Amino acid sequence: MVDAATKKTLAAIPLLKTKAGPRDKEEWPMRLKEEVTSLIKYIQNNKEADNDWLRIQSNKEGTRWFGKCWYIQDYKKYEFELEFDIPVTYPSTAPEIAIPELDGKTAKMYRGGKICLTEHFKPLWSRNAPKFGVAHALALGLGPWMAVEVPELIKRGVVVHKDDQPSGE
Amino acid sequence: MSRCVEETSTTISNLRALQQKLDQQLNEDINEKMYWKRKCELLEQEVKDLKSKKTEPVRSKIATMSSEVVDSNPYSRLMALQRMGIVDNYQDIRNYTVAVVGVGGVGSVTSEMLTRCGVGKLILFDYDKVELANMNRLFFTPEQSGLSKVEAARDTLTNINPDVEIHVHNYNITHVDHFDHFMNTIGTGGLQGNSVDIVLSCVDNFEARMAINQACNELGQVWIESGVSENAVSGHIQLIHPGRTACFSCAPPLIVASKIDEKTLKREGVCAASLPTTMGVVAGLLVQNTLKYLLKFGEVTEYLGYNALNDFFPQFNLKPNPTCDSNACLKQQKIWAEKAPVQKEEEVVEEKVLHEEDWGISVVDEEGGTTSEDLSVTEGLRLAYTMDKANNDNLQENLVSVDEGTSLEDLMKQMNQL
Ligand SMILES: [Zn+2]
Repeated sequence: MVDAATKKTLAAIPLLKTKAGPRDKEEWPMRLKEEVTSLIKYIQNNKEADNDWLRIQSNKEGTRWFGKCWYIQDYKKYEFELEFDIPVTYPSTAPEIAIPELDGKTAKMYRGGKICLTEHFKPLWSRNAPKFGVAHALALGLGPWMAVEVPELIKRGVVVHKDDQPSGE
Repeated sequence: MSRCVEETSTTISNLRALQQKLDQQLNEDINEKMYWKRKCELLEQEVKDLKSKKTEPVRSKIATMSSEVVDSNPYSRLMALQRMGIVDNYQDIRNYTVAVVGVGGVGSVTSEMLTRCGVGKLILFDYDKVELANMNRLFFTPEQSGLSKVEAARDTLTNINPDVEIHVHNYNITHVDHFDHFMNTIGTGGLQGNSVDIVLSCVDNFEARMAINQACNELGQVWIESGVSENAVSGHIQLIHPGRTACFSCAPPLIVASKIDEKTLKREGVCAASLPTTMGVVAGLLVQNTLKYLLKFGEVTEYLGYNALNDFFPQFNLKPNPTCDSNACLKQQKIWAEKAPVQKEEEVVEEKVLHEEDWGISVVDEEGGTTSEDLSVTEGLRLAYTMDKANNDNLQENLVSVDEGTSLEDLMKQMNQL
């Protein structure tokens, strides 16, 4: 099972109502409105909990999402670009979140920089489809991944803070 | 004064000597540059020649398959299957079209086997490039790194058997932009403009399997799903005939249980392992089942697992779930029920409908999960997880309320300004 903190975070993210994917031309705009409303709430929750860690936006169709996520360690902010597409079978299937700039730097990634999710993610997503949305995928998938992998990447020296990089780069 | 002249003339002659030396050096450099330039041109020509030779198949097309045993006939041993009474008409294979989705460790070997068997037409889908990291698998070679998998595969396969018509599509089928094209290709890609005869799923992720499932449910297309576990020591194939057998979303994925306790499996620091052996075995099972299905011999298996650690092959038949999440699946179930009531009664094999009441009462352990025994469907096979929504997550109902008056654009703007 997921840890108590993640569970609490998840419970505070509004669940979605409309079961529609990007192929459902009629209902997808409504689902998108729910997605964005839920995301706004999630980001506000994070800010209030002093755990603001991501910004995200999408293309006009809501099929391609991109943004920034960051991790703070020793008062230094490590920032990464994230991206993902909404698969045709969404919301039965979760989006595959990727941080392309970390591709090849950690074994906890699939090709193209897609993050490797814990074994808890899929069961939880399936059981809660179609109520889980993009905000839930980020909170349940990307958040825990960053918390484990980024410190490891920093420790291994694979990720270096931009102020600590040798000059000339 | 004369000393000064003397010194000047010495300097001049020194400078002249230096100039001469530099000129000579320059000439040498130019010559060397010319030499390397020429050498480069020659090598480029050589590469070009080799490449054109490579794409030029060694043999020309063969009009009809013959069983004549001569060393130039690639089909004699396959046609012998007919003489031995295993297959009624092997040549029929030339009328069939097979779509292979995913040309990685399993899909590439699958395509090679089908090509060597002389299938009529192959349609390959993949969006990935060949990488050196793939070299623990079969088929692709290091010099193909950087090429798209489908194009590299087409070159190799055409060279192996120019009789096979090969079409390739280099895109991700789970994208909204490509899915319609994918469905259309499955629906009309057959040799006579008909639908393909079978789709083989050789993808490595849940999302792509679900996309294939959706397309095949909508089209009523028979397909076989295949997979190798992330620990590389088990695999499976599953025939999906929409409406007649369980579709991929009728139940949570099945797992071939090994005697390893999943909880002790070390996933720290690594996502997935892979072995060419397991992938080769699964590709073999997949193509064997495809041949049996297409050429109508032996028994076509519905679910066959492979447990490499114990050399155990669980077999299982899966009936569709009447409460499946996929509407297209429910539609196909209805069509099948109307079409084949007689066949349905004739089926005597052990079958299971995978919906909740059949899973038994799940015992909740301390962590709120279920124990693996509860998920067992038959010896050596279990569900990856339950769909029991009640006792697992305890997420409070906190439904989103959308402000009807605000447009999507405004909501997005609001989000961007956070
Ligand atoms: Zn189904």
